[in-house]
Amino acid sequence: MTTRTVHLPGHNGDDIEAYVAQPEGAGPRGGVVVIHHMPGWDRATKEITRRFAELGYDAVCPNLYWREAPGAAPDDAAATARAQGGVPDERLVGDVGGAAAWLRSLPTSNGKVGVIGYCSGGRQSVLAACSLDLDAAVDCYGAFVTGTPPEGSPFRSNLVPLLPQLRAPLLGLFGAEDKSPSPEHVAELDAILTEHGKPHEFHTYEDAGHGFFAVDRPMYRVAAANDGWVRITGFYASHLGV
Amino acid sequence: MCTYATSRAGVAGSAKGPNGGWFHVTDATVYFDHPVHAMAEHTLNIDLVDPAAGPSARVAVELTADSARALVAAIQEALAAAGAAALVD
Repeated sequence: MTTRTVHLPGHNGDDIEAYVAQPEGAGPRGGVVVIHHMPGWDRATKEITRRFAELGYDAVCPNLYWREAPGAAPDDAAATARAQGGVPDERLVGDVGGAAAWLRSLPTSNGKVGVIGYCSGGRQSVLAACSLDLDAAVDCYGAFVTGTPPEGSPFRSNLVPLLPQLRAPLLGLFGAEDKSPSPEHVAELDAILTEHGKPHEFHTYEDAGHGFFAVDRPMYRVAAANDGWVRITGFYASHLGV
Repeated sequence: MCTYATSRAGVAGSAKGPNGGWFHVTDATVYFDHPVHAMAEHTLNIDLVDPAAGPSARVAVELTADSARALVAAIQEALAAAGAAALVD
């Protein structure tokens, strides 16, 4: 495995920083864009990015806060971006699109790219898959895909109007004890995607709430996280051609 | 749960930063969300910052909801005790 930091063109061609992890070997293989959570482009998210390389994918995680805080510590960058209103949806789509194009330009690429995000990144993963040509999307407990964002949220609206445009199969992984998204929010999303004939596969874990994949946090739930990784591995193997 | 909601306040004062130096703070950001360090699923987070000095000019605290309420009460109590003196800067 090789890891490095690169710069690539994001939304509007802006230069942004990104963390890259790649397996050994010439490929061809699929790629994965990892969308970091609201606390930032942190060590835990980079570890997730390396895991996708270990699974056989070229993986890239763009620093969504590069514009607000280039070179800052991830927590300081997250605080700065939050204070400035967060990442606009349009810019997120542009940055993920830039990261996907960068992956497809690699000599090792088979042309297929998936996206995954956790927490706020889960919502952004669905948003990207409604807006870009991607081959698979994973939403890990993303809030406000359905439901109503509160006053003061960087998310101006939910994604319900965009869901009929979903362009990729969606894997959703949720905790039964989560309040946002709640089981009702997940059921609403399931119903909308079913109504529009959008391929999706959802798993909701008992004894798990929000953030159950986070190995360094008290909400980590080993059984849910382990099964979730099995689901992700199978889902990407089916759609990204490894 | 994540609300992603963020409250802001203009402040005037000083804070002691990560390198042990004092700096002027102009803004406070307050939100109930995932902490970076505290061992709780969610905390009441406060950033005291000087945006003009860059992202690292920040003092951050992550408090459990109960301790955040206790802090609010203690601040109110201290201001009340100061009486008229707390009405002028």
